[in-house]
Formats: sequence, C-alpha cells, structure tokens
Amino acid sequence: MLFHDTALVYGRYLRQSLRSRFALLFGVLMPLLYLLFFGPLLTDLPLGGRGSSWQLLVPGLLLQLGLFGASFAGFSVIIEKGQGVIERMRVTPVSRLALLLGRVLRDATLFVLQAVLLVLAAMAMGLRAPLPGVLIGFAFVALLTVSLGALSYALAMKVDTPQVFGPTINALTMPSMLLSGLLLPMSLGPAWLDALSHLMPFRYLVDAVRDAYAGSYATAHMLYGVLVAVGFSVLAVAVGTRVFRTAGA
Amino acid sequence: MAIISTAGLARTFRTKHGPVEAVRGIDLTVREGEILGFLGPNGAGKTTTLRMLTTLLAPTGGAATVAGCDLAADPAGVRRACGYVAQSGGVDPQTGVREELVTQGRLYRLTRARAAERAEELAQDLGLAGLLDRRCGALSGGQRRRLDIAMALTHRPKVLFLDEPTTGLDPGSRAALWELVRRLRDEHGTTVFLTTHYLDEADALSDRLVIVDRGVVVAEGTPGALKLEYGGSPDASLQDTFLAITGRDATPAEQTPVAV
Ligand SMILES: Nc1ncnc2c1ncn2[C@@H]1O[C@H](COP(=O)(O)OP(=O)(O)O)[C@@H](O)[C@H]1O
Ligand SMILES: [Mg+2]
Repeated sequence: MLFHDTALVYGRYLRQSLRSRFALLFGVLMPLLYLLFFGPLLTDLPLGGRGSSWQLLVPGLLLQLGLFGASFAGFSVIIEKGQGVIERMRVTPVSRLALLLGRVLRDATLFVLQAVLLVLAAMAMGLRAPLPGVLIGFAFVALLTVSLGALSYALAMKVDTPQVFGPTINALTMPSMLLSGLLLPMSLGPAWLDALSHLMPFRYLVDAVRDAYAGSYATAHMLYGVLVAVGFSVLAVAVGTRVFRTAGA
Repeated sequence: MAIISTAGLARTFRTKHGPVEAVRGIDLTVREGEILGFLGPNGAGKTTTLRMLTTLLAPTGGAATVAGCDLAADPAGVRRACGYVAQSGGVDPQTGVREELVTQGRLYRLTRARAAERAEELAQDLGLAGLLDRRCGALSGGQRRRLDIAMALTHRPKVLFLDEPTTGLDPGSRAALWELVRRLRDEHGTTVFLTTHYLDEADALSDRLVIVDRGVVVAEGTPGALKLEYGGSPDASLQDTFLAITGRDATPAEQTPVAV
C-alpha cells in the first residue's frame, strides 16, 4: 500500500509541476546564470583543488540548486493547506508516509533533471569529469533534496502563513550556503571559518562530490559525505513523517 | 442505533497567547440516516468538532465513535466510513476535474479502471458531467461545491460531514445544494452532519438541530421542538429561538464568516 500510495502522490505532484512551465524554466535558468556569470571568474584563480575550476564549481552549484530548491518546497504545502487539499487527502486512508514520500521523490526527480541540464551546460563550457563521479554527484543531489524537502514540508505543516515560512527558510539557507563552501572551497579561508563549516552537514556533501568529480572515490571525504547524506535523509524523513501523521493543530 | 456518538469530546489548542478551549465538551448522538444541523455562531467550535470526528485532529479530551469505530482506537475505520467537505473545499484550481476525481478514487484504493468509472458516475450524479475536462478553478461556486461533495462521496461513505456547505453561494445554488443533501439521504440513506450559521438553512434542511456555543452543546431537538421550548410557540422564528438560547444573534452583523 505504501508503494501504491507513494506512486499515486508522486504522479499527482509530478503532473502538477510539469504543468507549471514557468517554474520549470526558472529552475533551469538559475544555475545556468551562475555558470555563465560566475563560472568564468574562477577559471584562472588558484583554488587549490585538483583539476579545473569547473570541477570545483559544478559540485557546489549542484548542491546549491538542491539546497535552495528543496528548502522552499514547503511553500506548496502552505498553499494547499489554504485550499483544503491537505485535509482532503488526510481524511482518505492514504498512507501518511506516502503523502510525504510522493512529494519529496517528485522534488528529487525534478532537481536531478535540472542537475543533468546543468552538468551538460557546464560540459559545453569546459567541465571535464569522469562519468561515475558525475553520477555520484546526482545521487548526492537526490539525497539532499529528499532531506531538505522533508524538513521543509514538515515546517510548512507547522506554520500557517508564507510570511512566517519564507523568512524562516531564508534565515536558514543563506548561512548554510555560505558556511558550506558551496561556491568556493572552505579550505581557501582562515582556519576558524574552515572549522565552523564542519558543523554544516552540507560541507561533507560538497567535499564528497568534489572528490567524485576529481575521480577519487575511496576517500575519507566520500565516506563522511555518504554517512552524513544518508543519515540526514533518514532523520529528515522520520521527522517529516511524524509531522504528517500528527499534524492538525 | 446511533451512527455517531460523542462523550465529552474536547479540544484545547495551545497557542502563544495561552490555551484556547475551542471545544469544551460535546455530548451528542446522531441516528443513522439523519440530517443533523450543527448550528452555532462563528467561533463556537463547529469546525474543530468536525475535524475531530473525521480524524484530522486528535481530541484532547473525551471520546467518540463514528459508524461503530472508535475515533482513537480505529481511525482507519472512521476514515473508511466518512466523507468530509471542509469549508474551503479541497481541490487544486489548476488541476482538471476528472483528474481530481480519479486521484481521489485511487486514494480510496480503487483500481485505475474503477476510479475512472466512479469519476463518471459521480459527475453524472452530481450534475458535473459536462465539466469533467475543465480545470477546477474554472467552475462556478455552486459547481465547485458539488465537486467537493462528489470527492467526498467517492467511497460511498455512511456519514457525510459538510462544513458550512452553502457559505458564499448564491440563493439558487444554495437551494440546489439543499436538494442534493436531501436526495443523498433519501436515495442512499447517507447520514449528513452539517454545520451552518444560517438559521434558515438549519431550519429548512435538518431533521434535528444541535446548537453549540462556546464549545458546548446548549440545546438540541427538532427545529419545531426548539421553537416551542425556547421561542414560546411552534411558529416562533428560529432567529428568536436562537437568541433565547444563546443570548445573542446567530450572525451578528459585525462578524463576517471566516474559513478556519
Ligand atoms: N488551530 C487553531 N489554533 C488555535 N485556535 C484555534 C485553532 N482552530 C480554531 N481555533 C479557535 O477555536 C475556536 C473555535 O473555532 P472553530 O471550531 O473554527 O469555530 P467555528 O467553526 O464554529 O466557527 C475559535 O476561537 C478559533 O479561533
Ligand atoms: Mg468553522
């Protein structure tokens, strides 16, 4: 039943997303703008990594795409609460976990799709990375989307207005992005900043994807990245399910 | 036999400004096949009571059974037995009417083919047949309401909960909706539990009224009996009766209906 319900919820929201062409277009455009206007700035800088600056930048952009996109996913739930769609579904026998999983899997699908487009565009601009590394990068984007999406939906079930939701998410995502070294590697910065960034789960993800893009798979970074990404997803989905099960206050 | 019975059903919300006792203890029974009007001013606790009876909201006190299923012990049984239409409705304006009906059928675990069939049946039955390929947002107020009800009837529930079903409808659509509610009961024996703060609606539609105020039941009976007991004669207006029971108007002029 969980599988049936998840597929059903997934289908409904995927069709809904595919209908909103504008949002889709914008989702693809955003990372392309970074590639176009930010990427060239790095080409000749000494960034300390192996390989080209694209191999450092693209993993960061991929995770940034997931970070911002998935964190704001909860907006749709706030709208649906107002429309009564959430309660209408919650009075049916549908699995509560499916209501969450269907949504986060939809998000993961869309963001991985956008990630593919991003990587293709980056290749056109000069990115060279091994295929297994690129695929590992997509897996990390998917896990990140699932975790952040689940937390975002959980928060959206708890708060009533976009006026509360929006600023809260902004206040959480901006520092997370800056502190995780998504745009530039943290190892370039002073020691205190580097140390602080290790408190951010995303730091481990981006380090792992950068290793993958450089073709090194059996590294400590990769191990920590996998552990953090999987652990974070499990925790987030557990929190989200709990909220979807008991929501109603 | 009672299809719904509650004992001391209560819900207190914890808010930043302290606890809000939305429902302070509701005792009522509803007989099978009855149209029950749950009448009360805005803020009386009608929506909160409905959300508890449909498993959307856990009570903080008391107990209830719906169609023989205990609210706390067997929420899945309660969900199978009841349909619910929130005041806001429950469809996505961007989605097509057919898609929403079919998805709803699938959420009730109908097969794909059966869900498609059921969508057609419901559309036929509720006068939506020509509208299946429109977006939900392109329906009129009355059509939207009928769609909301169609969604809630997908699994042929024994009990249908309607929260302020006619608020915001024009007089013609209201009359059509009353007709629909009566027909549901007459043809399918569906028990209908509807909230309203319109006295004429409660009077015209309900077999029996339960009047709530500030989270408790303050009176109950047939519209005629209530008028006789509180209004002084069977011909008293329900308006005067309500005034006598609660000490104030059902719909004070300064209060506009709000969806909760
Ligand atoms: N989620 C909530 N949090 C806090 N207070 C609430 C909540 N829902 C309802 N209330 C309060 O409970 C009372 C009863 O509300 P409600 O059941 O919606 O009344 P009605 O449907 O009869 O107009 C109101 O005072 C309302 O403000
Ligand atoms: Mg209400």
